[in-house]
Amino acid sequence: MSFINYMAREINCKIVYYGPGLCGKTTNLQYIYERTSPDAKGKMISLATETERTLFFDFLPLSLGEIRGFKTRFHLYTVPGQVFYDASRKLILKGVDGVIFVADSQIERFEANQESVENLRTNLAEQGYSLEKVPYVVQYNKRDLPNVLPIEELREALNPMNVPDYEACARTGPGVFDTLKAVSKLVLTELKKGA
Amino acid sequence: MVNPQMVMYEEEFNQIQLVVDRLVREANAKVVFIVDKNGQLIAASGEVDNIDTTSLASLTAGNIAATGGIAKLLRENEFSTQFHEGENANIHIQLVGNRVILVVIFDSKSSLGLVRLRVRKASDELNRIFESLLSKVQEPGGDSPFAEITDEDIDNLFND
Ligand SMILES: Nc1nc2c(ncn2[C@@H]2O[C@H](COP(=O)(O)OP(=O)(O)O)[C@@H](O)[C@H]2O)c(=O)[nH]1
Ligand SMILES: [Mg+2]
Repeated sequence: MSFINYMAREINCKIVYYGPGLCGKTTNLQYIYERTSPDAKGKMISLATETERTLFFDFLPLSLGEIRGFKTRFHLYTVPGQVFYDASRKLILKGVDGVIFVADSQIERFEANQESVENLRTNLAEQGYSLEKVPYVVQYNKRDLPNVLPIEELREALNPMNVPDYEACARTGPGVFDTLKAVSKLVLTELKKGA
Repeated sequence: MVNPQMVMYEEEFNQIQLVVDRLVREANAKVVFIVDKNGQLIAASGEVDNIDTTSLASLTAGNIAATGGIAKLLRENEFSTQFHEGENANIHIQLVGNRVILVVIFDSKSSLGLVRLRVRKASDELNRIFESLLSKVQEPGGDSPFAEITDEDIDNLFND
């Protein structure tokens, strides 16, 4: 649920990075954090275990610039990917304005991706949202690794609705900002429609 | 849409700001702030220059969401109050009207009893303000600045 503040002349939106454990959600945020100028970002918060697995969420506030005199602020969140953290994932989806599904392109993670998309669909539905309606994009991450599935196969399995999708390597950056821009555009377009 | 759009107007913002400013004084608090349940900061008062209110807002909302989840598992209603005591700073968190979160940070210049008392009064006032804000938002015909934005405006945001 975006928040329009007429007083501060700000619009705040919430974007959630979803996907199976270790697909690279936290790495996406870290890359964005590193490559954004200090005045456009806040502190990045990671609620992680001692082994750096996301325990609850990562959070990164970003300012994208102004539209018609309103500052656009995006709050980026990641969910913990491991199956047993489902309760936390549901909480983080509350009030979401846009979702990025990060897929792990490696062959051995094929099923994990499929389960995670299903889980996203279920958890959104529980909040009264649907994957068909919420601004949604897909990222095929880890394209730099040798053991990856061809894009066509991933697309067929994970993106039947044909939403905007991007190949990425979150560790070094290609595709990271393209994905974020794509979802941000969809969110703002949605806002325009709802206005 | 499930959630009505959260909107803040100047009139209500000023009323809310008055309440938090007064709460800082009357509760002898260091900082008071209000966050919506999604972690967005609505208003703040007190020694806010020394703290990262954006981070605090998101973490407080996460905290409330997590305890709300626990409450649900225990078939409880939401735990509406939380208190954390530190060596120097204490934090009192109050859910107001199941909609927004009122946070008071205080030190030894105040006490939990005083904070509780003042928070109760402020909560009632805030509840009334948010009720009226909500009914305003649901009125039809409120013109949004975003009805007018073009695809070009959106594209321009990303041209850097
Ligand atoms: N080779 C490669 N490794 C990646 C890529 N993205 C993330 N990783 C690595 O995958 C591991 C898990 O990433 P993380 O962001 O913690 O996953 P999360 O569980 O989705 O948050 C880390 O060791 C990352 O460095 C990528 O594009 N290529
Ligand atoms: Mg993570």
